[in-house]
This record gives sequence, structure tokens and C-alpha cells, in this order.
Amino acid sequence: MSFLSTIYAYLFYFAAFVLVAGLAAKVVQYARAPAPLKIPTTPAPTTRSGVVFRLTREVVFFESLFRGNKWIWIFGWIFHFGLFLVTLRHLRYFIDPVWAPIQFIQPFGIYGGIAMVVGLAGLWARRFLVDRVRYITSLSDHLILALLITIGLSGLAMQFLAHTDVIRVKEFFQGLYVGQVMTLPADPLLLLHLLLVAGLMIIFPYSKLLHMPGLFFSPSRNQVDNPRERRHVAGWARRLEQQQ
Amino acid sequence: MAKADFEVPVLKQYPEIPEIEPGIMAHASPYKSKEEFQSPLGFPGALVDDWQDQAIDKMGELLGRYRSLRVYLDSCVKCGSCTDKCHYYLGTHDPKNMPVGRQDLMRKVYRRYFTLAGKYFPKLVGAEDFTEEVLADWYSYFHQCSQCRRCSVFCPYGIDTAEISMAAREIMDHIGVGQKYCNEIIGKVYKIGNNLGLPGPALEDTLEGLEEDVYDETGVEVKYPLDKEGAEVLLITPSADFFAEPHVDGLIGYGKVFHEAGLSWTLSSYASEAANFGMFIGSYENMRRVALRIREAAIKLGVKRIVFGECGHAWRVAYSFLNTLAGPWDFLDQRYPIPQHICELTYDLIQRGKLNLDKSRNDDMVLTYHDSCNVSRASRMGDRPGGQFDIPRAIIRASCNNFYDMDEDTIRDRTFCCGGGGGLLTDDLMEVRVKGAQPRVEALNNVIQEKGVTHMAAICAICKSQFTKVLPYYGMDMDQIVSVHQLVSNALVLTGQTTDEDDVEAADEAA
Repeated sequence: MSFLSTIYAYLFYFAAFVLVAGLAAKVVQYARAPAPLKIPTTPAPTTRSGVVFRLTREVVFFESLFRGNKWIWIFGWIFHFGLFLVTLRHLRYFIDPVWAPIQFIQPFGIYGGIAMVVGLAGLWARRFLVDRVRYITSLSDHLILALLITIGLSGLAMQFLAHTDVIRVKEFFQGLYVGQVMTLPADPLLLLHLLLVAGLMIIFPYSKLLHMPGLFFSPSRNQVDNPRERRHVAGWARRLEQQQ
Repeated sequence: MAKADFEVPVLKQYPEIPEIEPGIMAHASPYKSKEEFQSPLGFPGALVDDWQDQAIDKMGELLGRYRSLRVYLDSCVKCGSCTDKCHYYLGTHDPKNMPVGRQDLMRKVYRRYFTLAGKYFPKLVGAEDFTEEVLADWYSYFHQCSQCRRCSVFCPYGIDTAEISMAAREIMDHIGVGQKYCNEIIGKVYKIGNNLGLPGPALEDTLEGLEEDVYDETGVEVKYPLDKEGAEVLLITPSADFFAEPHVDGLIGYGKVFHEAGLSWTLSSYASEAANFGMFIGSYENMRRVALRIREAAIKLGVKRIVFGECGHAWRVAYSFLNTLAGPWDFLDQRYPIPQHICELTYDLIQRGKLNLDKSRNDDMVLTYHDSCNVSRASRMGDRPGGQFDIPRAIIRASCNNFYDMDEDTIRDRTFCCGGGGGLLTDDLMEVRVKGAQPRVEALNNVIQEKGVTHMAAICAICKSQFTKVLPYYGMDMDQIVSVHQLVSNALVLTGQTTDEDDVEAADEAA
């Protein structure tokens, strides 16, 4: 057990706490804020299951973005789908025994890592090349892209250039479950990779990464188009009615 | 061609995405409201002393009141999908007219006062204090948004800039920075009953005149009743329908349709306005107060059904909000949609073969149809999603022989706003209106060139007024915009109507 491993252990406890508590607080905040008026962007589904289908299309295929801009869609979708595969691949460090589907996904996770970096590079290029996107880009937008792309590249580098001892990495994370600090391999790439991932977890609830829960709470996407059939009144609006 | 003291955009054959020209529209802002227009709505008459604190307090209150505002301010990833979707950006080239650019005017203030990152690292996330300069930007650019929702169609999270514009206007109203046009109009509704301030006797005169005109033209006594108690249907229509062209031709059409359907109907002098400008200024309380007039009129007149005339934002408030604001409507006939759109009613009659429509009477026109923004993206007609696109088109096709749609990218839920919606239909915003109309007029121009289209039909009072005023800037005629029910009115052969075919034959023989 090294000093560095102890720091990383506490870092990941902290990051996990911030991610979970911060996201939970945000979700509660969104859920408790009333939506007083029916504002789905129409044409909209007229049933609850229709809304689930609409949201599923948004989450899986980025339907609205597809209609909006093909370049952003292709890079954005490649990045997110790549990230999804990478996340599945990394589950092997956090579960034991590793489920069969996760074992099956392992090689695809590597392609996912490549796709992720390609997608991010495309998205980043747009921030320099398209004058409208350049105008709306702030420093934090660049930094988040830098963070994600460095996570991807350091991960790929461990796959293709300098392997790390993945068994010990797994032992480290399994140890965290039971409050035991196992020693991490002292590979710079791994330490960089893990540091940035912890950073990503920490900024998640305080940055534009909130678009993830945000989509599910977006009234223009998640409302059923049935205002004539059902009366929809928010709590504060009802109190307004009772005042008279 | 109308004269302009600004550059009127050039119409192209293929739409072009312009390069950004920062700040080019900062000068364009509407006249500010005064004490006399502010106080009837419950707003301070001039900028309050501690405006900054009050504005931030109000923003905090709205964040707790509207989930949309909170989620939309948090969720934007600056992807750029919306950047070329707003007609005001396409027409003006000002990046603060890109939906995300407009949202960021509020987002930077939100981040500064309501988020951890913005409190401690403002530069990093583009957070800014709410300064006088920012307020000036708010006033200019939140009055260059017509709340048309086109951005929300293309946003991967459905962020609707209209919600943010409405909140911004609500905040500004509460610190005494109101817009004269909207607030004066809402005051007129409270005082007189409609946006144009037409009192009951004036309405009565107008309607009598219409009865005479229709009788002279058709020989049939079609009634245009006002305040008739016990009527079956209460018609709520934009007050522009009472006198503006081509609006009034639509009103004539509604009357003929009711007449043929054998429905007893009435207008109300108390609720003589379909439009609800309370929505434009984002004020739930004022929107509700305007909407409740309709409820009061319906109860007083003892009607069984409520039907809305051709009006875009009005139909949004009617279809999507009326049940919420002024319901429950348990005293009305539940067999009909509450409220119902005049197009739904006419379409139903056409389906049942109750209207004798002679399409050839519209043969002097080749038509296209402008989907009004708030009908398209904030409401529905009929039972199925998309009925708001199909039903008006079905009515036009049943009334006319010549119809062509404009480019697919500019119709249905991708339609462009006329450029005058959302409280911008005022002469002090003429430059914004003309430039904002460019994408729509460009698509219109292309069907004029390619298909020989002569007229564009619409179902919104604002669209009709806006195009009447703006088309001449582009070298077109103001009368190229028509009401959908004007087409119905032209084609409808009333029962017992003396046809003019005899006259035509006589004229042919003479020639």
C-alpha cells in the first residue's frame, strides 16, 4: 500500500460521492420544479408509451440532432456510442465474476475507445472551424473536450503502447468496496487516466454534462400531448385559483 | 416596393447560412412601456432602484416555478445544432439571434448567481454579472425572438428558447422594463375586451356591414351575431378579423360555414379577442386573467361549445393552455373538443359532405400554405399528431384547384415564423420584422418562380398582418396573403344562393 494509492482511494471515494449526491440533488431539483403548462414540441405523442418511444429515439439515435445537423450528429453519436461501449468494457473492473455479455463486449470496447476519440476530435474541430460554433464556445467547452479526449487517448495508449497490470487495477477497485486500499500499479498513464476520470465524475453535476439527466426532464420532449382531454394544473397555479 | 432605411435581405434560390456579424442588431429594440401601461398589469412603471437584486430574486422564483427554465439553462452543451435555425439569425446575421446566443444572455447571468461553477470560476464557464449592458442586451434580443419554437425542434434536449424569452420578459417587466406594444395591448383587453380596443358598438356596426355585404353578394341572409345568449357556439377570434384585410374575409368565411352547418353561434364583445399577449410577456397571471374572460363570456352567454378563429399564438394558448388556465369546462358539451379550431369544424363538415364547395371559384389563384409557427409546433388539430398540418391543407385542397407546398425544410414542424410573432408586430421593430421574414419569403419566392404560385394562405392574424406589411419590401404585393377561410368563403355555394352562372352565360353571349 503506497501513499499514492491511498490518495487515489480517497479521491475515488470523494468523486463517487460527488457524482452520486450531486446528480441525485439535481434530479430531485428537476423533479420538484413544476411544469405548469403543457409545452411538448408538436407533433408530439398523445400517449405515455408514445412519449417513452420518443425519448428512447432521442437517447439512442439522437433523433432531433439528426434533423438539425448531420455533422454534429455523426461525430456526437460516434462519441457517445463509443463511450457507451467503453463503459461496458470497463465494467470488468467493477464486477466479479464478470458477466458473460461483458466478456463478449470486451473487443468491441476497444473499437469504442477509438470511435470515442474520433468523435471527440470531430466535435472539437467544429469549435474552431465553424464561425457560429466558435462564437458560442467558452473555455469550459474546450476543457471538457480536452479532458475527455485525454481520458480516451491515455486509455488507448495503455491498450496499444504501454500495458498496465489490469489485475492489480481490478484489485484496487474491488478493495474500495470493502474499505481496503490495495496498491495501484505506478504507471504514469494509468495514474493520469484515473485522475482525469475522477475529475470527470466530480465536475459532472456542476457542468453541461447535466444534459444527460436534463433530456429526461425536458418538458418539450417528455410531455404527453393531451391538454384538451386532461386538465393539467401545477401546485402553485392551483393555489392561484383558490385565492379567488 | 416599400422604402426601408435599412438593408432588405436579398432572396436567394438556395438558402445560405450567413457568417456571423456580432452586434449588428443591438440597436434594434422596441419602445419601452410607461407607467400607464405597466400598472394595469401589476408591474412597476419605471426601472426600480434595486433592479439587479429584484431581477435575480425573480429569476430564482421562476427557476422554482418552471422546470423548463431550470432544465434548459443547465442542459445546453453548445453543440451548434440550433445556430442556423432561427429566422432572425438567418435574416440579421447577428449571433445573439442564434437560439443558443439568445439563451446565453440569460444563461451567463444564471450561472453567475445560481451555479457553483459560475460563482467561483465565472470566466471559465462564461458567467457574467447582471450589469446595465447585459440588461440592454436582454431588452434588445429578447424582443427579437418570436417564440416560434423552431429551435426546440432541432435541439437534442428540446431546449425551447421561447421559454427563456418569456422568462426574461417576465423578469424585465418586474423591474419596470416593459415593452410598450405588448403591455399597452393587454391593458386594452382588460379595459375594452380586445387588442385593438374596438368597443361593442363598433363591433356591432362592422358585423351588420358584413351581413349586408354577404347578402348583396349571395342573396342569402347569413348572420354575424354578437352577444347572442343561448347560442350553441361561442366564436373567439382575433380582433384583427373585424376589420383588417385579409383577416375579415376569413371572418366572412366562418359565418358562412356556421350558416351552412345550421349552427347557432355568437361572438362576444366582452371576450372579443382570441390572442393572449400574456403569453408573449411570460406572465402566467396576466395570461390567466385574459383567458378567464373567455370563461366568463361562455358562462354568461350560456353556450355549449367554444370555437377559435384563425390565430396562431391564440391557438397555442387555446389548445394547450386554456383547459389549464380557465378550466374545467364541465359546463360545455363534452362531445366536441374544448376548445375547437374553426379548421377542425370546417374539415369535419367537408368530410360529412355538408359544404358545397366549387373549387373553380378560386381558379384565379395558385396557392401555397404557410404553416403558422405556434399552430405547427405548439398545438394540434384533430385526433392525430400532425393534424395541424393536414387539416388546413385538406381544407385548401377542397376549396381550390391549384395548390403547391413550399420547400419541405420550410413547412410543417420546420416552418419558419412570419417574422412578426411573439409580440414583435409593431412598427418600431420594422427592421427586425423585415429581416426575420427573409427565410419564409425566400421559400415563397421560389414557389412563385417555379410553380407560378400567386397567393399564400395562412391561419394566423399575426402572419396575415406581418406579410401584408412586409411582402412589399421584397417587391411582392400585400394582397398575396389570404385567409384559409377566405378560400372557403369564395368556394362555398350557400344553400339557396343565386348562382352567378346565368350572368356569366349572358356575358358570354354578349361577348
